[in-house]
Amino acid sequence: MITLQHMLTLSGILFALSIAGIFLNRKNVILLLMCIELMLLAVNFSFVSFSRFLGDLDGQVFVFFVLTVAAAESAIGLAILVVLFRERRSINVEDLDTLKG
Amino acid sequence: MFVQLLFYGFSAILIAAALGVIVARNPVYSALSLVLAFFTSAALWLLIEAEFLAIVLVLVYVGAVMVLFLFVVMMLDINVEEIKRGFTRYAWLGWLVSTVVIAQMAAVYGLRNFGVDASITVARSPADHSNTRELGEVLYTQYVYPFELAAVLLLVAIVAAIALTMRRRPGLKPQDVAKQVAVRRQDRVRLVKGVRAEGVSPEGEGRGEAP
Repeated sequence: MITLQHMLTLSGILFALSIAGIFLNRKNVILLLMCIELMLLAVNFSFVSFSRFLGDLDGQVFVFFVLTVAAAESAIGLAILVVLFRERRSINVEDLDTLKG
Repeated sequence: MFVQLLFYGFSAILIAAALGVIVARNPVYSALSLVLAFFTSAALWLLIEAEFLAIVLVLVYVGAVMVLFLFVVMMLDINVEEIKRGFTRYAWLGWLVSTVVIAQMAAVYGLRNFGVDASITVARSPADHSNTRELGEVLYTQYVYPFELAAVLLLVAIVAAIALTMRRRPGLKPQDVAKQVAVRRQDRVRLVKGVRAEGVSPEGEGRGEAP
């Protein structure tokens, strides 16, 4: 049978992989956004597992809200990205130093 | 035993897809790997009987968010070679931080700290049990205020995304509805008095030129 430990281990591996992804792809804003989505997925994994294995429904309600906020976040993030690309013709993080003075 | 086999199979696919997201050279492949990761996650959530969230994950993430990602990736022409330069310079730091995070999580999630038995399994629900109904009963009573806030948040996100990406290009001829509605008869119609020219026969009436 699947135990809580199995699910939490999977969630931890997923979270660590997405952190590694942020370090590896630190130049590409789109990939950074994707890694953040992956990270939120890992967190949702923990929420759902705790909710189901401990028999408390509130965890699943919280996942519902996390999904809502993540959808809003990625929509606005991609909109900013499109505006940025139109402005600078690049999505390289190193080019985004307008505020550096 | 079969469930365990399914769990290990889906977990392997999920971890492979996550690796694909972070090491793929082409952002399109990354996005497609992320779609695969969301699908396998939904399958795993089905396995522990969180059916509603599994379906929502497929509908919202695969159906909406990832399509948006793919749209943006394909719309912007990104110079992949330029971006991938220096790919491995900080890779060791990434793996180091990941290891530290795994160790920290193992310490925190060591369930003895919560007084939870790590080997508990999920309680199987009866066949006529509805996860959606259960969730809805909580969502629309106890959590109705956060639910409405979430709705407003989505509205704000729509308005913000449109306001950010809309641009006024010169040379377009858009409608001005307020102006169209406010127009009156005098602005559009001008009655002129026809003058019959000298020497024109009555048959030509109505075809004479206006002065």
